[in-house]
Amino acid sequence: MHNTGMNTSLGAAPGAGAPTEASRDERQADVVAALTAVLPRGAILFRHEDTAPYECDALTAYRTSPLVVVLPETEMQVAATLKVCHRMGVPIIARGAGTGLSGGATPHHGGVILSLAKFNRILEIDAGTCTAVAQCGVRNLAISEAAAPYGLYYAPDPSSQIACTIGGNVAENSGGVHCLKYGLTLHNVLRVRGFMVDGEPVEFGSEAPDAAGLDLISVVVGSEGMLAVTTEVTVKLTPKPQLARCIMASFEDIESAGAAVASVIAHGIIPAGLELMDKAMTAAVEAFVHADYDLGAAAILLCESDGTPEEVAEEIVRMEEVLVAAGASRIEVSCDEAQRLKFWSGRKNAFPASGGISPDYMCMDSTIPRRRLAEMLRAIGQMQSKYSLRCVNVFHAGDGNLHPLILFDAEDPDEMRRCELFGADILETSVRLGGTVTGEHGVGVEKLNSMCVQFSPLERAQFLAVKRAFDPLELLNPGKVIPTLHRCAEYGKMHVHRGMLPFPNLPRF
Amino acid sequence: MDQRDPVLARLIDQVERARSHRAPVDIRGGGTKAFYGRPPKGEPLDVAGLSGISSYEPTELVVTVRAGTLLSELEAALEEHGQCLPFEPPRFSPGGTVGGMVAAGLSGPARASVGTVRDHVLGVTLLNGRGEVLTFGGQVAKNVAGYDVSRLMAGSLGILGVICEVSLKVLPIHRASATLCFDWDENQALEQLNLWASQPLPMNASAWHGGRLHVRLAGAAAALSAACDKLGGTAVAPDAAVTWWRNVRDQTDEFFSVSDADLGNGDCLWRLSVPATAAPVKLPGRQFIEWHGAERWWRTTAEPREVRAAAALAGGHATLIRGADKSSGVFTPLSDVLMRIHHGLKQAFDPACVFNPGRMYAEL
Repeated sequence: MHNTGMNTSLGAAPGAGAPTEASRDERQADVVAALTAVLPRGAILFRHEDTAPYECDALTAYRTSPLVVVLPETEMQVAATLKVCHRMGVPIIARGAGTGLSGGATPHHGGVILSLAKFNRILEIDAGTCTAVAQCGVRNLAISEAAAPYGLYYAPDPSSQIACTIGGNVAENSGGVHCLKYGLTLHNVLRVRGFMVDGEPVEFGSEAPDAAGLDLISVVVGSEGMLAVTTEVTVKLTPKPQLARCIMASFEDIESAGAAVASVIAHGIIPAGLELMDKAMTAAVEAFVHADYDLGAAAILLCESDGTPEEVAEEIVRMEEVLVAAGASRIEVSCDEAQRLKFWSGRKNAFPASGGISPDYMCMDSTIPRRRLAEMLRAIGQMQSKYSLRCVNVFHAGDGNLHPLILFDAEDPDEMRRCELFGADILETSVRLGGTVTGEHGVGVEKLNSMCVQFSPLERAQFLAVKRAFDPLELLNPGKVIPTLHRCAEYGKMHVHRGMLPFPNLPRF
Repeated sequence: MDQRDPVLARLIDQVERARSHRAPVDIRGGGTKAFYGRPPKGEPLDVAGLSGISSYEPTELVVTVRAGTLLSELEAALEEHGQCLPFEPPRFSPGGTVGGMVAAGLSGPARASVGTVRDHVLGVTLLNGRGEVLTFGGQVAKNVAGYDVSRLMAGSLGILGVICEVSLKVLPIHRASATLCFDWDENQALEQLNLWASQPLPMNASAWHGGRLHVRLAGAAAALSAACDKLGGTAVAPDAAVTWWRNVRDQTDEFFSVSDADLGNGDCLWRLSVPATAAPVKLPGRQFIEWHGAERWWRTTAEPREVRAAAALAGGHATLIRGADKSSGVFTPLSDVLMRIHHGLKQAFDPACVFNPGRMYAEL
C-alpha cells in the first residue's frame, strides 16, 4: 500500500533536461569537492545507495535521484552549503521529515537535498509569552509534548504530526482538524529564522505582534521551500482547553449531513473540530479500529467542543439541538476522554484504513465552500461510475476541506490512468464550485497541472515574479508550485473540460 | 471581478497612464487614514467608486467586498446576521473603506486574542502596476494554492497594487461579554496580564492607562461568569464598557487626541509593538497599553532615535503614528536583506513605481 499521487506525465518532470550520465558524474564530483571544503565529510552523501532514501517524500509516485544530499548540523553549515550552491548554480531542495503528500521535497536531478533532520532541538518554551522556539527539524507533536507541563500546546495538528517537522509545516502552511477554531500554521507562527538562497541570514516576523514593513511572513509560510530556507521557528502556544467533548451524529443521507454542517455555523457555533465521513469510509475505518461506528448511516459527523467545563456544557447542548433539527438519526456525546478518543480513532486512521481495503489510494485535498458539500459528494458519486473506481470520503467539513481517497491498483496502468482523470475531475469541479485545488497538502509537483486551471497566465507570472524577488536565480526548489506556460498549454490540450474527455465516443474503460 | 466594470476599467486606464508617464498615484479610499505612514504624494487614484458587497454567505463565514465599500456598511450587513469582523478595525473618522482597512492593516483591541486583519484575509483581487487584474487566495479558509499574496496586501499601504476586492473571514458576534477593571500600576497590570494569557480564560481585550486596567471577556455566558469570579475586579456597566472600548478602538480617547498645538510642541503619538512580556518601556511622557502588554502607545516628545532604541531594547519596533516631523521616517528601518526583498517585491508588482511611492519607506 502506498499513497501515490497524480502521476500525470505531462510537462517537464523535475530534473528533466538532465545531463548525460558522464557529465552528471563530473558535476557531482565538482559539487562534492566544493561542499567538502565547508562541511564535515560525513554530512555529504552522494553514492546512490546513500541517497536512495531521499528519492521521494510521501508522494512516492515521483522519484528522482538527487545529485548530492547534505546533512548540516549547524546554521553556519547551512549558510556555507547555500553559498556553495549559489555560486555554482546548483538547485537546493530543503527537506524535513519527508512526510509531504504533494512532492514538495521531490529531489531535482541536478540539485542538492538539504536535509534539516539534525536541527531537532527545542530551544525554548516560554510559558509567560506562550511561545516556543524550535529548530526546523523538531516534530510537530514534540512541541506540544514539551509544552504540556505548562498547560500549553501547539494548536495546528496535521494528521502526520507524530512525524512531520515544524519547518515542513511552515513550508506547507499545514492545517489539521482544529484549524476552523485555531487557525493554520500561519496563524500560529510568529517568527521564522532562516537563510536566503545566497546564504544570508534573515528573519521574518517577530516575537512582537507584528514587524515593520510588508508582512513577509505571510508569503514565506506556505511557500514550499521556494523563497528561503527555514532553520528556526517561534510558534504561539495555546492554553490547553480544560475539557473537550465530541458529538458523533449519524445522518441517513449526505444532503442533510452537508446541511447540518452549514447549520452549525449559521447558529454562531465554531466547533473545535467538525469532520465528516461517508458510509464507505466509515465501513473501512470500522473494520480497522472497531469503534462502534454507525454502519447504517450515509454519513457520520464528528463535532467537537472545547473550553472551560461551563463553555463546553453550554455549547454541547446547542450543538445537539442544531444537529437534531438538521435531521441527525442518531447522536452520541462522549462522556469521557477515552470515549472521545475512540470517536476520533476512526477519523485519524482514515488513510491507513483505506490502505487496508485497496492496494493503492490517491488522496485529494481540495477545498470548497461548505454549502456545496452535498453537491460535491454527489458529483464524486457519479465520477465513481464514470471512471469505474471506488472513492471513500473524509472531510474537514468545518472548513470545506475534502480528502476523497480514490482507490485503485497502481499495478494496473489503466486503473492508474483512470485514477488520474478522476483526481483531476475532482480538482476541477472544486475550482468550479468556488474552491481551491489544495487546502493543506500543497501544490508541490503533484498539483502543477491543476494550478493551470485555478490561475490565469498573468497570475502565474506574478507568482514567478514573487519568487524572483526572493530568489532571482530560481535555485530554491525549482519547478514546484508554479507551472510553466508550456506545461499549462500541454495540459489544456487534454483538459477534461466540464467532465468531457477529448473524443468522448471512444471506448476507454 | 469583471474587468469591463466601468469603475474598474477607469482605474486600469489611470494606472496605465501613470505607468507610461511614470507619474506617481496616491491610492485613496475614504481618506480617513491619510495621516498614517509617510505623507501621500501623486495624483489621487480614487477607489471609493468601487463599492458594494459582492457576496456574503453567513454559513460560509466569508464575505467578499469591493474595496471602496464603507467599513460601516460592511459591519452593518454582518451584524444583521449576528456576525462581525472579529479584529475590530479602528475607524478614525466616518468614511473609512474596506480597502483602506486592509491596506493599513490596523487591528483593534480584540486583536490580542483573535488575530489581525491579515489573519482574516482569504483572498484579494488586485490591480498591479502593469494594469493587470489578478486574483489570489479565494473564498475558503483553507487554501494553499500558490504563495499567499492576498495576505501580503494587508498592511502593504498600497505600495504593491490597488486592492479592488477582498474576501474576509468573519465570525459570529460573541454571545456575551463583560468588562472588568482593576486599579493597578503598570508593573502589576503587566504581570497579571501575562499570567492570565497563559491560562484558558475567555480574555478578549485589555487596556491599561493611568493606573487602571480594563479587561474584556467574551464568549459563552456560562464561561464568562466563571471567569469573572476568578479574575475579580470591578464590573463595568455594559453601556459604559461599549463606549470605553469604542474610544480605545477608534482612538477617540483623550490619550490619543493630538492637537496642532501638541504637534507644535514636538509631542508625538508612537506605537510600540513588543513581546507581551517585555519589561516596562522607559520613556518620558504618558503611556497606554493594549493587547495584553504587546502594544504600547506613547505620547512623548522624545527623539525618534530614543523611542526606536527603547522599542528595540524591548524586542520590538516603533511606529510614529502622529507627529509634526516625519522626516526621520515613520516605520522602523529594515535590515539590508529585508529591504532587498522589499525592493524585489516592489519591482515584481509595480515595476514603474507608481503606487504610493514613499508612503512606507522613502526608497520604496
